[in-house]
Amino acid sequence: MKPIHLIPLGLSTGNGAADPGLDTLEHLAAALARTFRTPCRIRPETLDIGFSMEAGRRQYHSTAIIERLERTADPGARVLGVTGHDLYVPVLTFVFGEAQLEGPCAVVSTARLNEEFYGLPRREELMRERLLKEAEHEIGHTFGLRHCADWRCVMSSCHGVECLDVRGSEFCASCRNVVLRDGYW
Amino acid sequence: MATAVEPTSAVKTKGRILIVDDELVVRDSLSKWFISEGYTARPVSGGREALETIQQAEFDVALIDIKMPGMDGMELQSRLRDADADLTVVIMTGYGSVETAVQALKHGAYDYITKPVDPDELSHLVHNALEHKRARREVMRLRESLQEVSPSTELIGKSPAMKKVMDLIEMVAPTEATVLITGETGTGKEVVARAIHAAGPRRYMPMVTVHCGALTETPLESELFGHEKGAFSGAQYRKKGKFEVADGGSVFLDEISDISLKTQTDLLRVLQEKEIVRVGGNQQIKVDFRCIAATSRNLESLVKAGTFRPDLYYRLHVFSIDLPPLRERRDDIPLLVNHFLNKFCMATSRPVPQISAEALEVLMRHDWPGNVRELENAVERALVVGRGNEIRPADFSFQFQPEEPQGGKTLEDVERVHIERILRETQHNLSRAARVLDIDRTTLYNKLRRYGLR
Repeated sequence: MKPIHLIPLGLSTGNGAADPGLDTLEHLAAALARTFRTPCRIRPETLDIGFSMEAGRRQYHSTAIIERLERTADPGARVLGVTGHDLYVPVLTFVFGEAQLEGPCAVVSTARLNEEFYGLPRREELMRERLLKEAEHEIGHTFGLRHCADWRCVMSSCHGVECLDVRGSEFCASCRNVVLRDGYW
Repeated sequence: MATAVEPTSAVKTKGRILIVDDELVVRDSLSKWFISEGYTARPVSGGREALETIQQAEFDVALIDIKMPGMDGMELQSRLRDADADLTVVIMTGYGSVETAVQALKHGAYDYITKPVDPDELSHLVHNALEHKRARREVMRLRESLQEVSPSTELIGKSPAMKKVMDLIEMVAPTEATVLITGETGTGKEVVARAIHAAGPRRYMPMVTVHCGALTETPLESELFGHEKGAFSGAQYRKKGKFEVADGGSVFLDEISDISLKTQTDLLRVLQEKEIVRVGGNQQIKVDFRCIAATSRNLESLVKAGTFRPDLYYRLHVFSIDLPPLRERRDDIPLLVNHFLNKFCMATSRPVPQISAEALEVLMRHDWPGNVRELENAVERALVVGRGNEIRPADFSFQFQPEEPQGGKTLEDVERVHIERILRETQHNLSRAARVLDIDRTTLYNKLRRYGLR
């Protein structure tokens, strides 16, 4: 049974203001451990993602981050990188996260999960709820799950926070079976 | 978003996407995104590879980068559509190339996206493109089914007279010209009208038939032009006329000679102005139709007699097709008989009987004043009367052995005797008798009551 490792992603040159706080990561680790019924721990070191920055867009290339995570990851674990910086893939304006389908690594960003991004007052609880859904979704991909047609399922496709808020935080029966086959539940 | 290379074949795809972009990172990330969204994606690096790929596999949507070395997106778009006219093309541009994208739209692209694209926008665009394609296919399928269920447009005959008619149809069908079809009753004027409509540019729109002789003035006007609510007693709702219903299609005016002078005036205005005013209304409504008219009477003599407007006659007589009576194309009788035998037997799921040489000779000798319609009815009756594997002359006895009506000489006496005879032939099966008499069961039932036969 593979444990989940959360890796904080940040910038060595920054002041860390954009990074998700330790309490957010601890909250996420506890929730993921409950969801997947497997140990989930926060790795102590922060991975510098400065290498993946696209200056023109002031965003970070999620695919490049995943490749770096894969090189540094513990082969006996699933790895989820968590950053407060905005992620992108070249053809899209942004992504909430990215994962390797049936691979060990995934990455999520809290940048657009925060109400402040949309000019609204910060709502910590809402951000944590969105982060959990997005983290479950990306980890779901690492189990080989594709997007689910059931909008209530956490594996359904979302391109905006409005949709993310409507989406449930649990796997539908069909997706749950795939995760079960992997021996987690 | 999930990173993967190719979806497994077992996964049901939402659509097949071809991605053409010379930048590896763009086509790679797009491909991964589509796969994670449940599509099948095939990334290729340029125009030549795209053209090769489309020869080997079918795609629903092609996303093409407008700026590529060698063959650019504009050229590739037109070459891909040459290879697969059903392919929906979406153009990808960078900022500042919107003008080129607009050009691409003018050349038939479905839409364009500007890179980088918002994932929500891309999702909607591809979803809509696929829906658009499905709707287009559905329309095609329905049009094809409609053609299958629509009345026959098949003209039967190899005689020189019919060959000439077919040549005329072929000549006039692709045009917008008004056609006047003349010919004796039963020669197949409506079949010719349908053939013209079916071979013309309006074939995917309806052909609406108006039997002018069957209606008196006011109902005919309402039928042709429609009416407003309350236009006359019984007009409880607004009703569209045939010219409006046929929008984009053809209007077939059968027995045009039977309409009143007032309706002729209104009709002339519609043909000239392509505008109608509903009965009881005052709004001019534009209508788009092709007019095909038919008559079994000599319109020229009606013009001379003053019962048909000359200006309407000239308006209708742009192109005329005169159908020969059956007696002038007797060579076509065997073909027609076989056609009707097949048609009726297929409709009733019974084996097609042979027609004996003697029976065919009898049919070819007859003058058929009711023309093809009379022959059709005779064949149907022979099939009802004769039950064997071969149609013999005796099966046409009703047609060629006139009996002296018993019990009087009036038309009613003749009708009563004839109905009695058909009832005997059909063992008093009312449905069969009505079919033989070419009237509906209610009419037959009323006649039986009137003559005390029931």
